[in-house]
Amino acid sequence: MSKSPNILWPALGGTALVLGAAFGLMNRDYAGDRIEALETRVEAVSAQASSAAEQAEAEAARAAALEQQVAEVQAAASVMAKGGSVTAPAPHRDGRYGLGRAAYAEEIAAWDVDVLPDGRGLPEGSGDVWTGEEVFVEQCASCHGDFAEGVDNWPVLAGGFDTLADKDPVKTVGSYWPYLSTVYDYVHRSMPFGGAGTLSADETYAIVAYILYSNDMVEDDFVLSRDTFMDVEMHNAEGFVVDDRPELEYAEWRAEPCMENCKEEVEITMRSVFLVETPPEGGSNSVMNEAAVDGLPSFTSEGPSFIPAAAPTPAAAPAPVATPAAASEDDAMLKQGEKVFRKCAACHAVGEGAKNKVGPQLNGIMGRTMGSVDGFSYSDGFVEANAAGKVWTPEEMAAFLAKPKTYMKGTKMAFAGLRKDEDLAAITAYLQSFAE
Amino acid sequence: MDDAFKPSRRAFLRGSAAVAAAGLAGAAYANGPDPLITELQDWASYTGVGVDETPYGMPISFESHVVRRNVEWLTASPISSINFTPIHALDGTITPQGCAFERHHSGAIELSKPDYRLMINGLVDQPLVFTYEDLERFPRENHVYFCECAANTGMEWAGAQLNGVQFTHGMIHNMEYTGVPLRTLLKEAGAEVSRDKWVYVEGADASSNGRSIPMEKALDDVLVAFKANGEALRMEHGYPVRLVVPGWEGNMWVKWLRRIEVTDMAVESREETSKYTDVYADGTARKWTWEMDAKSVITSPSPQMPITHGTGPLVISGLAWSGHGRITRVDVSKDGGITWETARLGKQGDTKALTRFYLDMDWDGAPMLLQSRAMDETGYVQPTKAQLREKRGENSVYHNNCIQTWYVNAEGIAENVEVS
Repeated sequence: MSKSPNILWPALGGTALVLGAAFGLMNRDYAGDRIEALETRVEAVSAQASSAAEQAEAEAARAAALEQQVAEVQAAASVMAKGGSVTAPAPHRDGRYGLGRAAYAEEIAAWDVDVLPDGRGLPEGSGDVWTGEEVFVEQCASCHGDFAEGVDNWPVLAGGFDTLADKDPVKTVGSYWPYLSTVYDYVHRSMPFGGAGTLSADETYAIVAYILYSNDMVEDDFVLSRDTFMDVEMHNAEGFVVDDRPELEYAEWRAEPCMENCKEEVEITMRSVFLVETPPEGGSNSVMNEAAVDGLPSFTSEGPSFIPAAAPTPAAAPAPVATPAAASEDDAMLKQGEKVFRKCAACHAVGEGAKNKVGPQLNGIMGRTMGSVDGFSYSDGFVEANAAGKVWTPEEMAAFLAKPKTYMKGTKMAFAGLRKDEDLAAITAYLQSFAE
Repeated sequence: MDDAFKPSRRAFLRGSAAVAAAGLAGAAYANGPDPLITELQDWASYTGVGVDETPYGMPISFESHVVRRNVEWLTASPISSINFTPIHALDGTITPQGCAFERHHSGAIELSKPDYRLMINGLVDQPLVFTYEDLERFPRENHVYFCECAANTGMEWAGAQLNGVQFTHGMIHNMEYTGVPLRTLLKEAGAEVSRDKWVYVEGADASSNGRSIPMEKALDDVLVAFKANGEALRMEHGYPVRLVVPGWEGNMWVKWLRRIEVTDMAVESREETSKYTDVYADGTARKWTWEMDAKSVITSPSPQMPITHGTGPLVISGLAWSGHGRITRVDVSKDGGITWETARLGKQGDTKALTRFYLDMDWDGAPMLLQSRAMDETGYVQPTKAQLREKRGENSVYHNNCIQTWYVNAEGIAENVEVS
């Protein structure tokens, strides 16, 4: 409000000055006309004054509104500063919300099976090295190899001692794992791949005993149990330090960085090993990059040492063609079969370009003689079935997949079996849909 | 331009940059009136598709190359594997769920909300079981966070390997999560919350991936999340519930979260001993390296995003992030680290979230060695590869946050290189 008087007074003062001048001129002959003119002028000036007053009032009102806005913003800021903003974190309650229900002891027993480094959580049971070898060959060897040496890209479990400081360290249970508890815990909960949670405590103890034996960490008469667990010494138990980046790295790397003339000259010392093609259908193909670093410019603060000549312009490559969406196969059975097949996909491939994986490829399996896929090494049972000329039919397949180990004694397939009839029907229909 | 690194395709691009009139940018400068303007086009005359044509929409067909991609030979089986976010083709900071990288140890599982159970047990007053519905009744929060696999850029320890930012830096995504703070659930069960306690979290899939989280972090900003970018989590990201561990390595963001156990020591599970630990030159290993240090990379130009418009205005764009808080500054070098200039942040960085940066320049057609260098609110400056190797050697596999270099030649083709 302080603004209005300042604006108003100069306008009123001007009016008084004009009125004083008007009285001095009244004695003249032409006074009549003049007075009339002056009266008109006075009216005009008065009007002007009152309009100035109005304008001043309007400006004052606007100033007041602005001041109020400032006050509102300040009030909001102060609320936010006190943590009472409109974007508050989820509130705390003093008491419970009373949500969820008490867990049953059986539920905790079913899910809480992890094992701590000091052995807490280990179940009753035991397993020896030789039983372990049998179980390992049946359950694990298809990926990890008979001697835990690893097949293809699957993890190597044994050996690798004294390689941790080498260029490509071999990190195995023997050379790297610091705790035995981890081996039991992982094998028991997460293995075998595609059949997790199916190993008994005894089988797990036996497998772990065999892995230790493969690493020359125990003798062949060793029996692993809760009681012998802490006797095993892990080679790399002392090989780990807790994160020390704060002392070794952060302390050094929290400094204002260089902005100019940070180096004299920069050279390209290595080019990408792989070029990567990204085809329209997805995925990628890695192609060795034959290009050498020779002939590339080096850089100084003046810029590149030279500009390499452009390669000759070649013919344009065809634009990638978008793959049309596959016609939707509205066959519920096949769809269901495809879903069931996910249980098999860890070890088997089917469809175009399917190759043998841990298990044989399955194209054209229906009507085919058992154990007849080229390049796959079958268990004795399938070798015999092949010699006897047994053929895969939907019925045989369903019987096999219901209980693999009962149907085919000694099969290497670690799959426990499908329990539901509709799953068996779906998977056989699905497999039947793939021709040779 | 996505398959630009195929030799024949690369060659084609060299041509298109030189002959501006035939290229993408050329049309607007064509000789004479542009038929796209002067002639009536089908789309301007016939009607388009109606509503509900795609009840849940996919990107238009022209963008079908912007997809996650894997590198088959990296892993033994696609069921226990990883693919990469197409960060070269995205802008802004939010990663759409449909192209956000996947990492599974035993495949992505279909677990429905009615079948979902979450157990809290261990050192608690009352072990509890929650249904999905229960979780939606606790007060919840919204936060944007990046999730980076500890192995992102891991190949590059051994030098420049894969030619594409999708493959060198694509094990990252950034989403807005909705979820319940873990501390709320711990409190509900009456957990012991002293600093020497741990929270062991475990997934419901066959890998049963489990990690130990120190109590201090568990009480801080960890979320039990059920929505990402406003919609339900995707199957491949842990539907219906995953853990969000802001700023910490992706392996700890347990998907299909089924159990939270309060313990008095770290479980030392497979994923926190034999994996995700860093082996140094002398063979000793560093463990519990949870935070992802500040890192940045230029996403365009990059090997998958060559400069196709010739000289003149050029937008250099990239991403920066830090597991220690906000990104405060990003510097860009065009000469391999001799000279640096400070880039413009697309918007003020959120804590532990991706921040977009830009450097707008006029390109004169000279070759460049492009690098970016992030700084976070702790003052930490992203190190060079040489600095990292000096501290850790070359066998670390994980936690490589080095400065990345792209060599951009005179034709605008970019390549992954290592520099002196």
